Amino acid sequence: MNLKHARSCFKGILIRESLRFLNQRARFFAALVRPLVWLFIFAAGFRSVLGVSIIPPYQTYVLYEEYITPGLLGMIMLFNGMQSSLSMVYDREMGSMRLLLVSPLPRWFLLLCKLLSGVAVALLQVYVFLLIAWFWEVRPPVSGYFMVIPALILSGLMLGALGLMLSSFVTQLENFAGVMNFVIFPMFFASSALYPLWRVRDSSELLYWVANLNPFTHAVEFVRFALYSEINWQAGLITLLCTLFFSAVAIWGYDPLRGFLPRKGGPAT
Amino acid sequence: MSNDDTDASLSARNINFSFGCKAVLEDVQIAVPNGQFVALLGQNGAGKTTLFSIITGLYAAHGGEIRIGGHDLRMNTEAALASIGVVFQRATLDRDLTVKQNLRYFCHLHGIATSELQKRIDAALASYGLSDLQQRKVTELSGGQQRRIELARATLHDPNFLLLDEPTVGLDHANRMEFVSNVKTLCKERNVGVLWATHLMDEVEDADYVYFLHHGKILFEGGSADLLKEHGKKSIAELYSHLTGQPADATVI
Repeated sequence: MNLKHARSCFKGILIRESLRFLNQRARFFAALVRPLVWLFIFAAGFRSVLGVSIIPPYQTYVLYEEYITPGLLGMIMLFNGMQSSLSMVYDREMGSMRLLLVSPLPRWFLLLCKLLSGVAVALLQVYVFLLIAWFWEVRPPVSGYFMVIPALILSGLMLGALGLMLSSFVTQLENFAGVMNFVIFPMFFASSALYPLWRVRDSSELLYWVANLNPFTHAVEFVRFALYSEINWQAGLITLLCTLFFSAVAIWGYDPLRGFLPRKGGPAT
Repeated sequence: MSNDDTDASLSARNINFSFGCKAVLEDVQIAVPNGQFVALLGQNGAGKTTLFSIITGLYAAHGGEIRIGGHDLRMNTEAALASIGVVFQRATLDRDLTVKQNLRYFCHLHGIATSELQKRIDAALASYGLSDLQQRKVTELSGGQQRRIELARATLHDPNFLLLDEPTVGLDHANRMEFVSNVKTLCKERNVGVLWATHLMDEVEDADYVYFLHHGKILFEGGSADLLKEHGKKSIAELYSHLTGQPADATVI
């Protein structure tokens, strides 16, 4: 693979994804409104009910809004990862995915470019959200705004790779929309995004373990610590391993030997 | 046609493919020499799209060898794919983008230098009389314009082999004939080998060579003029009907 060509390809995919995102303004606002509703309404409503004691990385008691902000960043990455994969199923049905996959570059690289472009678009949404949250008095340390970038990229890659993996096995748009509901909501609610795990354990030991096995929990914790200028090595390592696993399965799923469009009875012949 | 010419645009030998137990292609052999317009005829379900998916690396054949521009598709995939220009059966232009943005995206995928990119786009669009459409959104274009833009796009990286999978489906007669004429000109002027899959007979009446794909096998092949003479038929449609026993009218199998 020629480095210049690889760079040109990544640039092309990144520009395309950005243009599509900008052209679909409704998508941008929907992506932003979702976490803001949680921040403005849900968090405000539950502020007095859900007290959060001092747990790392927090040095003092924090408001519930502050606690759920990293979870909402995770939510943006999660929805974006899945939306990006949904667009791949759409692209595949519409044919533009074929155009990408017959490009003269290794398939793993093309899929990686697609993932990274999706993450770049999500990062933009995250920072707009953080800006609004700042006015809502969610103000992590300034260094946190920079330290969180690698954590967001890795988490975004993991969630994008998960979506990619699912998209390689699901062949119809309608089915994939269903799968998203079975993935997004359980992943989000059975995690530490909305409540600390010690609180979950108080009410359900089983849910506590489910949340512990949920990769999204570790992505959120990785982001949470980074946002407060700390590194949660364990969460980071688990997120990395999950990223590698999901990516490997996704690349296998898009392997021509399997047929990149497996479907019952085969394709149009 | 001989498959021995390793410099041919395309040489596919003994291609086999199946979905589970269902054999879709059996021992298919196809060759497309440089500068020739080769037609692949077959009914829906004959295996044309599967064969094209294999040639473009979307599926891997379960046996056989494919060489494109002299490069082995399995061993040297990137070089082989760099030699192909494809117009898929389904439109692959991004409807959210303008024509120019679509073409630039393609140039990036093929590693065309930024300094040269716009020149190539201008030239490709000019050659099909589409220059004034650069800033238009794909959704604003007619079906015929979209297909011609896809043809222009398929030539941006100077491929020596063009693969067209029923590219005129959905177009009216005048647009179909204009498209065919564009491809034939390209074939002769740039010495590009063309493999054109279709079930529309009138598009390939004067093809240099014809393959009849039937139930996943090459049933007959030959120069179209030779085949017509040999079987005493006046048109490819008649010939198809005669060879396969399937009814065919002037334009559609």
